[in-house]
Amino acid sequence: MTALPTTTKKKLGLVIDLDTCVGCHACVTACKGWNTQNYGAPLSDQDPYGKASGTFLNRIHSFQVTPERDDGAPVLAQTVHFPKSCLHCEDAPCVTVCPTGASYKRAEDGIVLVNEDACMGCGLCAWACPYGAREADAAAGIMKKCTLCVDRIYNENLPEIDRQPACVRTCPAGARHFGDLADPTSDVSILVAERGGVDLMPEQGTKPVNQYLPPRPRDTIGMTGPATGAADTLSGEEDILAPFLASVTEEPQGFLGWLDRALEKL
Amino acid sequence: MHPAPSVILFSSLSGAGFGLLFFLGLGFPITTGWVAFVFYAIAYALAVGGLLSSVFHLGNPRNAIKSYSQWRTSWLSREAWAAVSALLVMALYAALQVFFAITVPPLGWLGAALSLATVFTTAMIYAQLRAIPRWNQPATPAFFLASALASGALLSGNVVAAIVLLLALAAVVAFHWWKGDRRFAEAGTTIGTATRLGGRVSLWEKPHTGENYLTREMVYQVARKHAVKLRVIALLMMSLLPVLLLLAFPAHHWLAAIAVLLHLAGIITQRWLFFAEAEHVVGLYYGAHIGRAAAH
Amino acid sequence: MNQPVLNLSPKVSDEIRKTTCYMCACRCGIDVHMINQPDGSQKVSYIEGNRDHPVNRGVLCAKGSAGIMQHNSPARLRAPMKRAGERGSGEFEEISWEEAYSIAESWLRPIRETDPSKLAFFTGRDQSQSFTSWWAQAFGTPNYAAHGGFCSVNMAAGGIYTMGGAFWEFGQPDWDRAKLFLLFGVAEDHDSNPIKMGLGKLKKRGAKVVGINPVRSGYNAVADDWFGITPGTDGLLILSLVHCLLKAGKIDLEYLRDFTDAPVLIDADPASPTHGLALLDDDGHKLVWDRTEKRARCYDAADVNPDLAGVWDVDGVRHRTVFVHLAEKYLDAAYTPEAVAGRVGIPAPRIRALASEIARVAFDEAIELDREWTDFRGRIHKTMKGRPVAMHAMRGISAHANGFQTCRALHMLQILIGSVETPGGFRFKPPYPKAATAHPKPHSKVTPGAPLDGPHLGFVQGPADLALKDDGTPARIDKAFTWDNPMSAHGMMHMVISNAHAGDPYRIDTLFMYMANMAWNSSMNTSGTMEMLSDKDANGDYVIPHIIYSDAYSSEMVAYADLILPDTTYLERHDCISLLDRPICEAEAAADAIRWPVVEPDRDVKGFQSALVDLGARLGLPGFVKDDGSRKFADYADYIVSHERRPGVGPLMGWRGNGEETGRGAPNPAQLDRYIENGGFAIAHIPEEAQFYKPWNKAYQDWAVEIGLFDKAAPYLFTLWCEPLRRFQLAAEGHGDRQPPEPLRARIKATMDPLPIWWDASLGQDGDGEFTVNALTQRPMAMYHSWGGQNAWLRQIHGRNPMYIPTKLWELHGFEEDGWARITSPHGAITVPVAHMPALNANTIWTWNAIGKRKGAWALHDNAPEVKEGFLLNHLIHELLPPKRDGMRWSNSDPITGQAAWFDLKVKIEKVSAPDGARSKPDSGTQKSPVGKGPDALAWEVG
Repeated sequence: MTALPTTTKKKLGLVIDLDTCVGCHACVTACKGWNTQNYGAPLSDQDPYGKASGTFLNRIHSFQVTPERDDGAPVLAQTVHFPKSCLHCEDAPCVTVCPTGASYKRAEDGIVLVNEDACMGCGLCAWACPYGAREADAAAGIMKKCTLCVDRIYNENLPEIDRQPACVRTCPAGARHFGDLADPTSDVSILVAERGGVDLMPEQGTKPVNQYLPPRPRDTIGMTGPATGAADTLSGEEDILAPFLASVTEEPQGFLGWLDRALEKL
Repeated sequence: MHPAPSVILFSSLSGAGFGLLFFLGLGFPITTGWVAFVFYAIAYALAVGGLLSSVFHLGNPRNAIKSYSQWRTSWLSREAWAAVSALLVMALYAALQVFFAITVPPLGWLGAALSLATVFTTAMIYAQLRAIPRWNQPATPAFFLASALASGALLSGNVVAAIVLLLALAAVVAFHWWKGDRRFAEAGTTIGTATRLGGRVSLWEKPHTGENYLTREMVYQVARKHAVKLRVIALLMMSLLPVLLLLAFPAHHWLAAIAVLLHLAGIITQRWLFFAEAEHVVGLYYGAHIGRAAAH
Repeated sequence: MNQPVLNLSPKVSDEIRKTTCYMCACRCGIDVHMINQPDGSQKVSYIEGNRDHPVNRGVLCAKGSAGIMQHNSPARLRAPMKRAGERGSGEFEEISWEEAYSIAESWLRPIRETDPSKLAFFTGRDQSQSFTSWWAQAFGTPNYAAHGGFCSVNMAAGGIYTMGGAFWEFGQPDWDRAKLFLLFGVAEDHDSNPIKMGLGKLKKRGAKVVGINPVRSGYNAVADDWFGITPGTDGLLILSLVHCLLKAGKIDLEYLRDFTDAPVLIDADPASPTHGLALLDDDGHKLVWDRTEKRARCYDAADVNPDLAGVWDVDGVRHRTVFVHLAEKYLDAAYTPEAVAGRVGIPAPRIRALASEIARVAFDEAIELDREWTDFRGRIHKTMKGRPVAMHAMRGISAHANGFQTCRALHMLQILIGSVETPGGFRFKPPYPKAATAHPKPHSKVTPGAPLDGPHLGFVQGPADLALKDDGTPARIDKAFTWDNPMSAHGMMHMVISNAHAGDPYRIDTLFMYMANMAWNSSMNTSGTMEMLSDKDANGDYVIPHIIYSDAYSSEMVAYADLILPDTTYLERHDCISLLDRPICEAEAAADAIRWPVVEPDRDVKGFQSALVDLGARLGLPGFVKDDGSRKFADYADYIVSHERRPGVGPLMGWRGNGEETGRGAPNPAQLDRYIENGGFAIAHIPEEAQFYKPWNKAYQDWAVEIGLFDKAAPYLFTLWCEPLRRFQLAAEGHGDRQPPEPLRARIKATMDPLPIWWDASLGQDGDGEFTVNALTQRPMAMYHSWGGQNAWLRQIHGRNPMYIPTKLWELHGFEEDGWARITSPHGAITVPVAHMPALNANTIWTWNAIGKRKGAWALHDNAPEVKEGFLLNHLIHELLPPKRDGMRWSNSDPITGQAAWFDLKVKIEKVSAPDGARSKPDSGTQKSPVGKGPDALAWEVG
């Protein structure tokens, strides 16, 4: 119930790779489809063929990022697609604020859920969540949130390989990973360690289980250091290129002479 | 935050109602019979009316009864308990005064304490939310309490107390605004911590074209100029004009009623601002508050 | 406190039916979950990817995952309809199929008996072109094509003419081995899941991804390096890379010598009538200079040792190798990074750095697979060497007037570093590789009452193959395969309506279209097209007398037709994704697939192909009736199983004959059942020793013959030197009988260079300098053309398409958030919302394609943002270029292939205040919805 478990045996969650996410929204509609048909009330849409607004448990935000250099020189702008759903926080503020006991964090795996039979739709949990992970469904009048597909990951009616959240199963680029982040030997924990996975809004003290892998450094080809210049003038050092583009045409017989010798060597 | 009329009415009216109950419970004034009836009718109309209006805010009121279950962890649940306890205790106290002209002071003191506790729990529902830095400060329960007490003093005709409390309220609210304007930066949540992306970050495309629950509920933005104007209006109506009226015409009933109405209108304006100016950190993901930097 | 007890193993569904997605052209396998209904029927409850499927391996994109909303769309047509109001009004009367067929027959039968060319039959995003073209051929009209002409024919033709295959369905990068991947001009949606899966693989291995694209979104957002190129200059950038690599000798000489025409001898005497053509032996084989024997020899001799630098005089005519021509051309200082940097919008050091990275990875990180293979000369190679630099490109580089040559330039770059069909590079998918000369040539001979003399579309080899009438006028309504655009291999669907309206080259009677929203986003000049479709002559008759249209949904085009044949949704139909057409093969396997009705339609609708079978039988078309005149196929499913294109080879390769044969075998009546049992597809793996070097690999050639891809081994050399181009140039220079019209002579000479060239295709678009900003569109990953707008889930993601403005222009014009702009081209103006995008080429604006909708279409409500704010860039693009000073108007397309040059558009921008009601302009009017409007709320749970 709304007291958080002191510890959970597992910390099931997602690792989201911002270096790989192309922003295709596959996870968004796979989630919408699965959770409209499964766990609890369907995710409804209002005015779906007009000025539509619906309930989604997973949404992709897109940001423009312009890295800043110490010397203030401009750098090429980047686009980052940023999927966001419930982070199944260890210290989930959405759970403790719930007056009815509908919100709870499962002791066995740390999944944060809403017991829809107990929810009165006050929305306080959504206010408490810094990430926007909870939405009130306008048709059902109750709070909806990512269940980490709790009805898939243990589902014995599904083949074992499919026992993972719908968003992970469908992600074409493989930018979403599911596993136990409490187990340092799990694939997801190793990935987080290798790629420097981070918490979102650590200062909020929620201790999110889901981790984000930051994009790798961009625009480094031919650069000895960070690039400089605006989009159309981005420039860099080229001294490192010499061994690969040393000219053969300045040889005594020119290009054809080089060609003749090169063919002879084949 | 979206300034939902139901929630604004609830917090303004029920605060005033519980404030009035507080003074009646303490015996300022001690009344009986019809006079008592009118006082309690006003107090209960405000407190219960406010509570009822908050029920309209619920998506699924069928389960409202379950909100009594989580008092160990949830301020909303505690509020429910406090409100019911206060109303029940004060109902007994009031019934004895109205029908039997009997005043049982310890019962009144208990009721007064519970009434104030109710206001405190209400305040804590907001103050506990780290995701809304403006609310997440000690001045939030302070102004809720000051507001309830000032309203209560005004409604109960304790003119001197009202003048003092109204001025205190003005000070606390002004402090809350001053501190609130700094709270987002103090909380340290920025687009940088929200996304953990380096450099200058701006929203390019929203996740969905239209509005959603989050943007409607939590990404409300009020123009700065507009807000300053409303703050002045709130301060004048909530505190300063009522104080002037009380000082000028301490015993004039009609003008006292006007002072009360001005005060309540001021409280409602202040509460509207309390919501409208509150920036939820989730707004960062929707391109709001991105210009803000963390406090250093 | 106790947690609630959850049922962690709820039943998911009653049955899974496996079919093929059709939310875009990607053709992923899907698992359709069905739930039993009390009345015994079944309903679709959830759709996910099929894990066994070769295309998507279980993953599925946003569109596929939202397929249930397409299947349930309120915009679905319900019954055949005939027009009841004026064209464009959307007023219809529902009729029976019998009445619909008899109306169609009353128009088509007289045409066929008198002049079949009066029928123009064009299909859009059709995945059954081998069938629809066969129908058109049987009808006898030369006027058939699909949408390739306005999509990416440059990519397809550029690839096939250069190396016997191109990107997308024709091939794929070696995702498992590439270490450097260059992605040119790919819109977010292209090759939807395979590219995303491939990028994921590259990222996992730490390979470097380079995006060359004016817009940094989608795939380019995850690119490690982004080159925000100026639109239309990709060819110049590529030729500069070629220059750098040649100059540094970073080219694969062995590969060029053995597998390409680089050593082929070319007539180098400007006075010769065969100047620029290859030297041939008496059998027509190309000759190379043998380095050992110092003489010209046939290229495929077992012991030939070709010299790349040979020069040989025959009867006083000097011949030089292709490679010498090539080196001379691209070593020119015009292609140095410094010379091109300004035009391409990328600083010279970055261009050189990219060339260096290509050189480094190709030659310092070369890979070698321990697999023995035998080439077509009979030589045994102990290993398979690879240059792990893979490339991919699509519409962004091809939809320019210089697109064909740009695509060829890109393939030349790949070939020069030896990264085509080698490990780590680019790999063909069956039925490719297949040389251009192995494809049919176009046919256009019309005989009343009889079929056309052969397939409509094909690959011309010279002026003799053009589709011209005896008087030299175009044989086809779209003027494909004429001097205007001789190598228009996919036809020119974008010219059909304007040519039919103008009666140029002739008038038609019936326009018959399928799945092509020509009255909206599939046309240039949308407003003009709507007018042409509804224009009347002096007698008050429509200029285009009859329009038949088939679509599953209430699109904008529906409103402009006289007769509507309602199609099914993709879950209600039979289809074959055939090796005769656009199959689902992988680099290591041949594969094809089917769709089958996993649910029966609940409306009076019919798969379009089945309707064509019915019409073919009614009209008595050869192939559609038996000798006694009775119908031959019950429906499309029957055709799929029974039809044989060549003896033993039909639409589907799997389970032929007795059910055990693959590729070749007699028709098997149980074939579709076997496909269904197998998950909707068949797959035949290519033996390991045949998986690379396919055009020259004996094992591959033998396997391809065995499986029926072709009837005898057909190895070939890659053609850096495109002789068909040279033959047109020769004609333009005055050689030969078939001569181009005078006004075209200079252009043909200039553009049809046998080696890839670049020219500034945006000249002529800029109104003498008035219009200087590039304007583009791309589809988002979560939408496919106009279809997405009716999808309740997808349209919430992309319901709005602002014009994205780069920082420089944003600041120059003083735009603000939620601002508006008036965008003007030489052809028209639109007023649209703007949004700021820093990661964008500094002189380019762009928007999402086909988000805007006409009021009344797609069952949308009038308050839909697509209707209010949404807009099409198409209004600014004309099918013709602005008049030149001599009064001539050139077609806005590639002079070689006729590919619509969507992306050559130049515009100017002005800041304006928001229009009334924040409505974008122009207002395209209203059509009445024949299907009503969608519901006010949805909560689609299937019980």
